[in-house]
Amino acid sequence: MMYEVRDLRLSFPDMAHKPLIGAAPRLEVLKGLSFDVPKGAVLGIVGGSGSGKSTLGRAMLRLLEPTGGTISFDGTDITHMGEDQLRGMRKRFQMIFQDPMSSLNPRRRVGGIIAGPLRLQGLDGLTGRVDEALDMVGLPRGFAQRYPHELSGGQRQRVGIARAIALRPDFILADEIVSGLDVSSQAQVLNLLGELVRDLGLTLAFISHDLSVIRRLCDRVLVLHHGEVVEEGATAALFDAPQAAYTRELLGAIPLPDPHQTWG
Amino acid sequence: MRDARGEVKRPIGLRLWLSGGWLALLVLAALCAPLIAPNDPLMQDLFLGRMPPFWMDGAEPGFWLGTDSLGRDVLSRILYGARLALIVALVAGTLTCLVGATLGLIAGYYRGWPDRIISRFVDIWMAFPPVLFAILLIAVLGPGLMSIIIAIVVIDWTRFARVIRAEAMTQGAMDYVASAQVAGRTRFGTMLTEILPNVLPTIVALLTLEMGVAVIVEAILSFVNLSISTDSPTWGGMIAEGRTSVHQAWWVLVFPLITLFLTVLSFSQLGEGLKDRFDPVLR
Ligand SMILES: Nc1ncnc2c1ncn2[C@@H]1O[C@H](COP(=O)(O)OP(=O)(O)OP(=O)(O)O)[C@@H](O)[C@H]1O
Ligand SMILES: [Mg+2]
Repeated sequence: MMYEVRDLRLSFPDMAHKPLIGAAPRLEVLKGLSFDVPKGAVLGIVGGSGSGKSTLGRAMLRLLEPTGGTISFDGTDITHMGEDQLRGMRKRFQMIFQDPMSSLNPRRRVGGIIAGPLRLQGLDGLTGRVDEALDMVGLPRGFAQRYPHELSGGQRQRVGIARAIALRPDFILADEIVSGLDVSSQAQVLNLLGELVRDLGLTLAFISHDLSVIRRLCDRVLVLHHGEVVEEGATAALFDAPQAAYTRELLGAIPLPDPHQTWG
Repeated sequence: MRDARGEVKRPIGLRLWLSGGWLALLVLAALCAPLIAPNDPLMQDLFLGRMPPFWMDGAEPGFWLGTDSLGRDVLSRILYGARLALIVALVAGTLTCLVGATLGLIAGYYRGWPDRIISRFVDIWMAFPPVLFAILLIAVLGPGLMSIIIAIVVIDWTRFARVIRAEAMTQGAMDYVASAQVAGRTRFGTMLTEILPNVLPTIVALLTLEMGVAVIVEAILSFVNLSISTDSPTWGGMIAEGRTSVHQAWWVLVFPLITLFLTVLSFSQLGEGLKDRFDPVLR
């Protein structure tokens, strides 16, 4: 298994309801999630706004520390691993962010943005690796000299993908990566991601509230609702015969286009 | 495909040229004061008292901007005064910036208890009325260059701390910071390589503004006679002296005043101009 998540809990201090004296009450965001991500799987994570999708993703990448339960990555328990220990593993799990403007440092050129993680992880031959990553996401090599604001939204998101895959990770988390893009760039970026996953043998977790995208891209789906897993299963089975009431509600609310139609 | 946004390089702009030019001139004057000053700034000659500037009737050749009531050359005193003004601006401005920006950066990026301590400290500090604070400090430390510099740093670091804290907080919430963590960068490393470059334009703008403030504070302290010993010429001291004889000899007041004004204005304009130049989005 790439990931084994057991009874994962995560809470934040609820500052809005902090009493004048004493500790703030805890806001439970993840309330005991258990699921597996098999190697090579493309797992879709769906759920309404505020259901805890991003929090789950950030816990899986250990940008947040869980308050309970365990997360193991490829057999290693990373639940409470310290940042020093994590550093050695970080190149194995990478992330693509939702907003490609804020996830690319505006003061760095594209080449520097892609090379930064490579340098941190002690890899050499940086220029070659940057060029290769740009090739893989279909951007001209000359883009290495550009600043993020000189690119379109779709191109920026390709840079975000290039940064993640340049490290040759085993696992990538993509959190709503197309929601800020126009329809045609959405399709292009999703096609690209699908190809890369296949070619590089990546395991992918794809967070989205767009069920039609999940249906095309993912082979497994995890449905989150108020910080709990309400349903999990193979995509086809889940779409054909949803078990949980909440899943039926989600499916009913969203008009699904023909699943055999391909992206332009 | 290459769109115009990447190509446009804005001209340096009148603002940067004028403010930078004036400050460069001032630095030159300060460095070369003994070479270019037409007269000894301390030399008194009561027979030459209150001579008008060169274009007026009764001007004395060699005293371009006239003389004060003790017969000292106004131009030479302004040139020598630039030395003190610029030393205070550079040293006090830089120190204030270092102290304030460092604390602001730590508070805004690390948050948690470092932020609580630093912010509480800033709040308490700002409850003191600044001018009173300065005068009190100098009274304790005794007048002198060091005291002025210390007073400026002690009073003004909070300005940097507050602004840079807010800016670092905004930047810290950006995804590129999370992305650095995903790549395995340490928190301290992230602060230096991701956050700092993004708050640098604000730091530069504040720094030059602070240099202007330092010049004013030095002038105010000279004006109330709390600055350096009275015989080394300062712009504030000249303004104080010029004020008493403004009806008989306006030039003793007006020339140092204009110099002071242009210098402070140039510092703040330089900061704004540089801030824009630093920004790759605007560049
Ligand atoms: N740092 C935090 N401190 C306190 N509460 C937080 C924090 N981060 C998230 N939350 C809360 O946790 C809940 C889940 O947030 P999360 O971002 O995981 O939702 P999401 O499913 O990704 O939603 P969306 O679809 O809108 O992105 C929300 O109610 C949010 O307010
Ligand atoms: Mg989210």
